[in-house]
Amino acid sequence: MTFKELTNRAKSEWEALQSSTHILVGTATCGRAAGAMETVRAFEEELKRRNIEVKVIEVGCMGLCYAEPLIAISRPESLRVVYHHMTQEFVPRLVEGYIISDDPCLELALGTFEVGEEGEAPYIPELPRFEKELRLVLRRCGYIDPENINHYLANDGYRGLENALKMRPEEIIEEIKKSGLRGRGGAGFPTGLKWEICHSYSASPKYIVCNADEGDPGAFMDRIVLESDPQQVIEGMIIGGYAIGADEGYIYIRAEYPLAVERVKVALQQAEKLGFLGDNILSSGFGFRINLATGAGAFVSGEETGLMAAIEGETSEPRPRPPYPAESGLWGKPTALNNVKTFANIHLIVERGADWFASIGTEKSKGTALFSLAGKIKDSGLTEVPMGTTIHEIVYDIGDGILNDRQFKAVQIGGPSGGMIPANLQNTPIDFDSLTSIGSMMGSGGFIVMDEDDCAVDATCFFVDFITKESCGKCTPCRVGNLQMLKVLENITNGKGKMEDIDFLLELAEDIKGGSLCALGGTAPNPVLTSIRYFQDEYEAHVLEKRCPAKVCTNLTAYWILQEKCDRSCEHCVLTCPTEAIGGGVGKAKHIDQEKCVNCGTCRDVCPPEYDAVVKLSPISLLPLEDFAAKEKAVTKAIGESET
Amino acid sequence: MRKEESVTEQLKETLTPDRKERKNLISLLQEIQESLGYLPREAMTELAKFLEMPAVRVYSVATFYNQFRFTSIGKYPIQVCLGTACHLRGGKLILQEFERQLGIKVGETSQDGNFSLERVACMGCCMLAPVVRIGGRAPAVKIGDKIYPKMTPFRVDEISVPYKQEIEKERSEEEQIPQ
Repeated sequence: MTFKELTNRAKSEWEALQSSTHILVGTATCGRAAGAMETVRAFEEELKRRNIEVKVIEVGCMGLCYAEPLIAISRPESLRVVYHHMTQEFVPRLVEGYIISDDPCLELALGTFEVGEEGEAPYIPELPRFEKELRLVLRRCGYIDPENINHYLANDGYRGLENALKMRPEEIIEEIKKSGLRGRGGAGFPTGLKWEICHSYSASPKYIVCNADEGDPGAFMDRIVLESDPQQVIEGMIIGGYAIGADEGYIYIRAEYPLAVERVKVALQQAEKLGFLGDNILSSGFGFRINLATGAGAFVSGEETGLMAAIEGETSEPRPRPPYPAESGLWGKPTALNNVKTFANIHLIVERGADWFASIGTEKSKGTALFSLAGKIKDSGLTEVPMGTTIHEIVYDIGDGILNDRQFKAVQIGGPSGGMIPANLQNTPIDFDSLTSIGSMMGSGGFIVMDEDDCAVDATCFFVDFITKESCGKCTPCRVGNLQMLKVLENITNGKGKMEDIDFLLELAEDIKGGSLCALGGTAPNPVLTSIRYFQDEYEAHVLEKRCPAKVCTNLTAYWILQEKCDRSCEHCVLTCPTEAIGGGVGKAKHIDQEKCVNCGTCRDVCPPEYDAVVKLSPISLLPLEDFAAKEKAVTKAIGESET
Repeated sequence: MRKEESVTEQLKETLTPDRKERKNLISLLQEIQESLGYLPREAMTELAKFLEMPAVRVYSVATFYNQFRFTSIGKYPIQVCLGTACHLRGGKLILQEFERQLGIKVGETSQDGNFSLERVACMGCCMLAPVVRIGGRAPAVKIGDKIYPKMTPFRVDEISVPYKQEIEKERSEEEQIPQ
């Protein structure tokens, strides 16, 4: 079939679906964790029981992860309604209400896709979040079935490739260069330039590699793109292959994303079946194949040379550059390696033109940025905004502010390689260069919000601990230096720090930066450098007063039951304490045995709000003398255990 | 692991002649672990012979990556997420609570072989932090490999109940079978 015939067939399938009542359920990993598969099953059972023929389609993620399970009911000539938090128990009600009768159950709705009547559910495109967003890569996510290539084709899919195959490779590269697209993996190297260099080498074969080893803990953009709309990534890779002169590609996905692996597998099979992969693609004479490789759980595999080593079946140890992969990459051949989101942008640039793409964003950072919002933010999930949007707009307009209306403290952009940006810099626009100038980096898109209850030192300790575990061990500054930083940081969080430790950390951080071969080591000190730069007072409180201002560091904090507030007849804390540390006897005020307490906080969670008797104290010297002695004993024991 | 068969027998299905390439090392290790539950020493030696490479290289690659295990996994493997978002929302407390309840440390398997405990770096469900994934099929939970969102130390006991019931049920069924 020709491209036109394929598209027409897909369109008629899509239109037939649109003109029938159907149900979309978001079943990306986030939806599943919230119970989406149970909802799908409940719909199928309920419809079968009532003998109704309505399609239930599993789609990806709309990015509103906080509202999962998210479902949409679409009825021709009526409102298309999106419902949030739809766990299985709501299913009978929706079937009864909006499948059988005409009640759209708007009290359960997040919004509608058409303008409804005044006072009804909100019109989705006018929600504050969507007004700030610009969805390019995400525009089909959550609307199409990722395991049905016809849904993709019916929504402009593979039009970019069709255009591209009519152009000369040099023209495509020129177009990508002109668009200003920079690599979305974090470093921001111009994609067109990378491809041009790769194109200029005559060696054969050449390779296209897609980096989907999203190792940054707290980031999930690539996962959602691959689980929701994998074909656009495949299309980008094929165009890339044509442009640089490669006939084979690899997509490397981390094994922690089993669903993404599965959906990409299906997408590749379907693309091959329709002739978008294989020999003579769309009768152009150009042939291209894509292999799927799954990662085995190493953060350093996300580094480009480490990733290629992993595909070759080796340990993911980065190697020195130059030569850059564009000259000598996979098996020593010219290789263009790009991130999932970079490939996802390619077909749009080819289809809509470089000028259109370059009109979005800032002078030096074009297009959109994808962020996964997590941590202490109300509406966590995925967002896509034009470059240049400020941190404030993302936190407040898109994320709806801080959870429980606490004080916004900082945001960690770029994960363990990024920096901690304090709330007073929230008007910083998000683009490659602005973030670098304040000591952070774009990274691949992790956006972790911290509030006043998060400790800057503890968070830094977490990132350094992560890097220490994930360092491949090849370069001494990274392997030993990070471990040393971790020990110093742990000392500080344990109340054993000295003032000179802070200077020592700064010095060591610079050495690790300078002495590491790859970006993992080179950026590892960023959290340390930025947290000292912006939160030095917190470090000092830990060192000088043995106090953790956020009351997070376990060995500087104690739980305490306010005797005058304790109800005495209530036994909630006593019964739930996992270490049986709470006593006091029936009818008496409860008391925590500090030696047994493990600071889990269960007592505070279960203490009824009308008493609110459990508090956290820091420093621990605020405890009465006897309890303080017991707590100190417990701390000494805990530190001793962690050191052995 | 099916004890009656030797490792060589069990690997026959995986180690087919068309896959005799060096680049397949990691995917073969993954498949072996998938079918055996972990990587026994014999399997790695066997794989080395198959790929005609030194066994020490196979071991070196296997130990480099976090995914590979060298001891058997529990019937219900528990993974506690300690990604950034889970860390901020108390993931470590959840891990410690599992350690206390199961009487094992992270990385270990309980003596009866029912539970094993691991920490993972991020499952990408950060909006539901902290999360725990429990694998294996227990009919009471309806679906295998389930992710439990928004955990608290208090809920650790609660989510373990169906698995413990399942173990208990199987034990009593076994006892009823006349010897």
